[in-house]
Amino acid sequence: MKFSQKLSQRFVFFLFMFLFLLPVMMFAAGKHEVTSRLRLATTTSTDNSGLLNVLLPPFEKETGMKVDVIAVGTGKAITLGKNGDVDVIMVHARAREDAFVAAGYGVNRSNLMHNDFVIIGPADDPARIKGLSSAAEAFRRIAASSSDFVSRADDSGTNIKEKFIWKEAAITPSGKWYKESGQGMGAVITMANDMKAYTLSDRGTFLSMKSNIDLVVLVQGDKNLYNPYGVIAVNPKRHDGINYKGAMAFIKYLTSKEGQDIIRSYKKNGEQLFYPDVLK
Amino acid sequence: MLARAVDLIVSGDREVFFIAFTSLKFALSSTIISTCLALPLGLLLSLHPFRGKKLVIITLNSLMALPTVVIGLLVYSLISRSAPLGRYELLFTPSAVIIGQVILSFPIIASLVYSALSHMEPELLETLDTLGTRGYRKYILLINESKIALLSALLSGFGRVIGEVGVSMMLGGNIRWYTRTITTTIALETSKGDFELALALGIILIVISLTVNFLLHWRIRYE
Repeated sequence: MKFSQKLSQRFVFFLFMFLFLLPVMMFAAGKHEVTSRLRLATTTSTDNSGLLNVLLPPFEKETGMKVDVIAVGTGKAITLGKNGDVDVIMVHARAREDAFVAAGYGVNRSNLMHNDFVIIGPADDPARIKGLSSAAEAFRRIAASSSDFVSRADDSGTNIKEKFIWKEAAITPSGKWYKESGQGMGAVITMANDMKAYTLSDRGTFLSMKSNIDLVVLVQGDKNLYNPYGVIAVNPKRHDGINYKGAMAFIKYLTSKEGQDIIRSYKKNGEQLFYPDVLK
Repeated sequence: MLARAVDLIVSGDREVFFIAFTSLKFALSSTIISTCLALPLGLLLSLHPFRGKKLVIITLNSLMALPTVVIGLLVYSLISRSAPLGRYELLFTPSAVIIGQVILSFPIIASLVYSALSHMEPELLETLDTLGTRGYRKYILLINESKIALLSALLSGFGRVIGEVGVSMMLGGNIRWYTRTITTTIALETSKGDFELALALGIILIVISLTVNFLLHWRIRYE
């Protein structure tokens, strides 16, 4: 009995230690957040390409702010902005961006940079689209030959662009050949690679994965494949606690010579991924 | 692929270890909080039956099956800035992840605590009563008697949270150097097609689970 009493005393001791330490730990964790944070919702394409890893550190160093990157599809990034869950968004779907600003959710939209989309597919090209100058025509041939096509189907900027091209081609894609995956760009490219299917990708993500896959670029250069990125501050009048000052400083930095130069000089496997739009 | 994954771990990449540490921090905090909440409930349910006790147990058991993304969604709809608790600015912080993980692990720990305490030999209770043991001393002795089963409860809760991805992703946002955990990184790297890093983190996850289980069981055995 004595032994077990000693044991239980020890157990109680530990229990109280936990209960006591818990608030202390949480307080310490909370203390840590005094430095100002800027929440950025952006697309998976900018984050996966590695651009943000070189673009953010100089800004964080200059301002002492910490940028929290939440990488989601364009559609979700815009929703997060609407709900006031982030301070600034960096996305690629011009029509949606304009609607976001027009509805009063965002302010001070600024062009940032661009690259382009490419239609990629298996090298043996069963739908015969290689070298076409029209993306819509390529989509028509893919549908006509019922060749497998993997769609993001996730309301991302790429998916919005894809739907736009289907509309241009006057086709409502459906059937066994049209695979709506609901996944990110990288996952979709991997799926398309495994299925020997076609898909639409931003050039940056494709380049960063090129060495691991067999798919090749088949159609590029159509003006419909242009992919501009914009940056928008979330309207501080809509919600309390928006870091508006930080958002404006961030936009100013991105569109400054320093920010634009970093965007221009960022290369992966020797190829430039993004082209700055403010200072060309 | 596996060789490169092991290489990544052995080389001691700073980010890989930071991510593993973050996962461990979230999982331990939430398991401890859950246990502190579940223990009193378990004691209440097993020692002081009340009307509606069955309902509470059924609810707890059902909640064990709640998908992590549903919890993520529910908590999101409460702590988003346009939601009722929005002004506390919890979304995309470690606190948000821990809140979600507490909700995730509480039902499983509470159910198992209850089942551990209610399966105790009735003689023990009688002995305690005849000895006149009352109040919190009685609880302490009961907890002590069934500590192995309670430990299993705690570890089940820990296992559920360290391996989950839905809550961490939705409420933490997978923010680098902040809320990026092992599971959210695996999801991210897999989607980028970088299977080596994903696999390396998967291995670390297994090692953490083994270590935590081993350490706790080892201590019990020798005490």
